Amino acid sequence: MTLKSFRIGAWVAVAVLTLVLSGVMIYQSVYKGTERSVVAAAAKLGAPFNLIDHNGEPISEQAFANHPTALFFGFTHCPEVCPTSLYDLAMLMDDLGEDGAPLKAFFVTVDPERDTPELMKNYVTAFSPRITGITGDPKEIAKLIKAWRVFARRVPLDDGDYTMDHTASIYLVRPDGSFQGTIAYNEDPKIALQKLRRLATGKSS
Amino acid sequence: MKHIALIASLIIATLSGTAIAGETAVGDLKIADPYARATVPGAPVAGGYMTITNTGSQPDRLVAGSAPFAGRVEIHEMTMQGDVMRMREIAGGLEIPANGSVTLKPGGYHVMFMKLKEQLKEGENRTATLVFEKAGKVDLDFAVKKIGGRKHGGHGMKHGHGMKDK
Repeated sequence: MTLKSFRIGAWVAVAVLTLVLSGVMIYQSVYKGTERSVVAAAAKLGAPFNLIDHNGEPISEQAFANHPTALFFGFTHCPEVCPTSLYDLAMLMDDLGEDGAPLKAFFVTVDPERDTPELMKNYVTAFSPRITGITGDPKEIAKLIKAWRVFARRVPLDDGDYTMDHTASIYLVRPDGSFQGTIAYNEDPKIALQKLRRLATGKSS
Repeated sequence: MKHIALIASLIIATLSGTAIAGETAVGDLKIADPYARATVPGAPVAGGYMTITNTGSQPDRLVAGSAPFAGRVEIHEMTMQGDVMRMREIAGGLEIPANGSVTLKPGGYHVMFMKLKEQLKEGENRTATLVFEKAGKVDLDFAVKKIGGRKHGGHGMKHGHGMKDK
């Protein structure tokens, strides 16, 4: 190899390295940017809606206003995360005792075609009388799902039936409508209780 | 004296635990502790769980199931991707490796009892049939366990959260 071709090779290497590095930096800044925008947008989740509660009564975004709210999106054809999460939420609300009194909890179906108000009532009230099921017009549900940045997608099964992939976190919303954060499906029960207490009392434990 | 009573009750608890858990053998497979999650009234689905051990030198597959209390039985896998729960039917069945074992448990593989015809109440038992590619059919007695069987163990079980019966 001549000295000249070595020099060319070295410069090519430098150029490639520079490209890769700047690519990484651009990627990182874009990625951080999206993260920031999600957090910024998180402060104003939700949108007006017209749906029905599990008693068949109309319910709107007003139901989430002026008190701390816990929201969970799921469906009754759900063997695992929905019963577990609703059961845990019921337990946590009991654990809060007096502190939890102002808190209201809602179970919004991501499967309004199958989840009738009657099915929702049977299902939700079995976990706690303090959780209200919400269902109704699939278009309105879709609006709500989008407004809360919930992921929900229908997945067909072999026999023509279907299941749903969906966000499994509990959303915590302050009385002024601002978003406090979520309780993850696998959240440590102690942390989950702290988060819910902070929401219910407005104080950091 | 207190100690003796304690030890005795521990022994009894251990023995009765073993007796309830039970193990069913079929072909080269041993199936331990089959249980189903209790359901609330009107819930259309329930998960079934167990540990399947293959003592043979050939892999086997859990391919199908049926149950008198369910309109349909499928083998599913649940996964969490970030905060999204995904559930899939396992195409071609669940492999039980040679000289290995697979545990079906909440948050992972499960037998999915669908189109439930009745409520599964805690403390009851339900028989279901599973079908393996090589070992064939086996009837299992599923113990129905409490609905929140995951994480509220260590944190003061003072709650009398009786599930509403109907």
